[in-house]
Amino acid sequence: MIKTDIIIIGAGPIGLFTVFEAGLLKLKCHLIDALPQPGGQCSEIYPKKPIYDIPAYPEILAGELINKLLEQCKQFEPGFTLGERAEEIDKDADGIFTVTTNKGTIHRAPVVVIAGGLGSFEPRKPQLENISSYEEKGIEYIIKDPEIYRNKKIIIAGGGDSALDWSIFLANINADVTLVHRRNEFRGALDSVEKVRDLKNQNRINIITPAEIVKLNGKEKLESVVISKDDVENELKVDHFIPLFGLSPKLGPITNWGLEIEKNAIKVDTYDYQTNIPGVFAIGDINTYPGKLKLILCGFHEATLMCQSAYKIINPGKKNVLKYTTVTGIDGFDGTRKEAPKSVVQAINK
Amino acid sequence: MSDVNIKITDRKGKLHNVLAPIDMAMNVMEVIRSYELSPEGTIGICGGMAMCASCQCYITSNHELPIMSDEEEAMLSEAFNVTENSRLGCQISITKNLEGLEVTIAPEE
Repeated sequence: MIKTDIIIIGAGPIGLFTVFEAGLLKLKCHLIDALPQPGGQCSEIYPKKPIYDIPAYPEILAGELINKLLEQCKQFEPGFTLGERAEEIDKDADGIFTVTTNKGTIHRAPVVVIAGGLGSFEPRKPQLENISSYEEKGIEYIIKDPEIYRNKKIIIAGGGDSALDWSIFLANINADVTLVHRRNEFRGALDSVEKVRDLKNQNRINIITPAEIVKLNGKEKLESVVISKDDVENELKVDHFIPLFGLSPKLGPITNWGLEIEKNAIKVDTYDYQTNIPGVFAIGDINTYPGKLKLILCGFHEATLMCQSAYKIINPGKKNVLKYTTVTGIDGFDGTRKEAPKSVVQAINK
Repeated sequence: MSDVNIKITDRKGKLHNVLAPIDMAMNVMEVIRSYELSPEGTIGICGGMAMCASCQCYITSNHELPIMSDEEEAMLSEAFNVTENSRLGCQISITKNLEGLEVTIAPEE
C-alpha cells in the first residue's frame, strides 16, 4: 500500500507542477497515470509540437516542457504508479481516501487531486455488434503478451504504426498474420512499411485492402470474422482479432465517483478548485467553472491555489504564510537545498 | 464583409445557418464549438491538432478545400464512419471562399 499526503491522478504538466507547489508546503505527492510514462498528452500526443503560451518561454516543445517540470519537481521525490488507471475511490471514517487502480494498487492519502486532462487514454474500439462480448476472448486492443499469438491465426486491423509494427513482430514469431486496412495506403514509418511489404512478398503476411471487418462470429470465444472488400463479404477463421485504431481519451471510471459533472468536465469551486466531495480537487483541463480556459498556464495557477487548501486539510489548525522562493530558497525532500547566492560584501579598512 | 454563411447539420440532424468570421483565424470545428452545436467534450477534444477524430465532418457542398495534411490523412485513415467526403473540421480554416459551405457533423465515436 502506498501512503502519501496528496494522491494526484494524472501525471501531465499540471499534475507534475502540483508536486512542486505541494513540495514548497512540505507535502508529499504520488502520481497515478494510465499511460506508461509521465507527461500526459504532452508526451503521448504532441511531444514535438511547440507551445508558445507558457510564461517566460517564447517557444518550448511539449516534451521539453515535461522534462523541465520533472526536473523542477524532482527534489520533492514524487512517487509514480504508471500504466495503471485509477478505478475506485473510497473515504474511510478517519477521512483518508483510498484510490485503487485497475491493477489493484492501493494508495491512501487525506487529499486527492484529479489532474486527468482529457481523461485516460483508451483504445478506440471499432463499432461492431457484440464486440464487447468477445473482449479478452479472442479480441484484444492492447498486446500485453505477444507469446500467446505464436503459431496462431491473427487478424490485425488498422493502418498506422502500431498495426504495422505488431504485424511485423507477430509474423516474426510465426503467427499467421492478416493485416486488414480500410485504405490501400499505410501510414507509418518508412522502415515499417517496407518491412511489411517484404513480409508480404515472402508470403509471411497476408494483406487485405481496402477492406473492413464487418461481423464477428463465435460461441464461447471469437471463431471467425467477416471481411468486406469491394462489397464482397468473406468469412475468415481466426484465433485472435487485434483492432489497432489508436487511443482516445475517455473520462472513464471517475464519472462513477459521485463527482458533479458538467460539459464532460468536473465542476469545481474557484476558491480552491475543490469538487463537490470535500478533499477531492480537480485541476487543469478536466475541471470546469464559469470562465474556464483549458490552458496549461491556467492549470498551473489552479494547482497553486489548490495546494493551500490541501495544506489546511492535512495540517488542521496549523498556520502557514506565503513564502517567496527568492527569499527562502527551496529545501528538497532529498536533502538538497537551493538558495540565492549570498552577495559578498567586504569592507575596506583604511 | 468579414463573415461567411455556413450550413451546419448537427449530430441530431438539425440544420443551423451560422455566420462564421473570416478574420478570427477560426476553423470549422471552432465555429461549431462557438455556436455550441455539439456539447463541450464531444468535439475538438485534442484542441485542433488533427490528433483525434472528434470533429470529423462530411462536406456536402462542392467547395475547394485546403489540401489534407499528412496528419489529417493519417487520423482519418484510423477513424470510424469515414466516407469520401470526410474531413476534420479543425483543419478547415474559415476563408471567404467558404461562403455557402455545407457540413454535417459525423457521429460521435
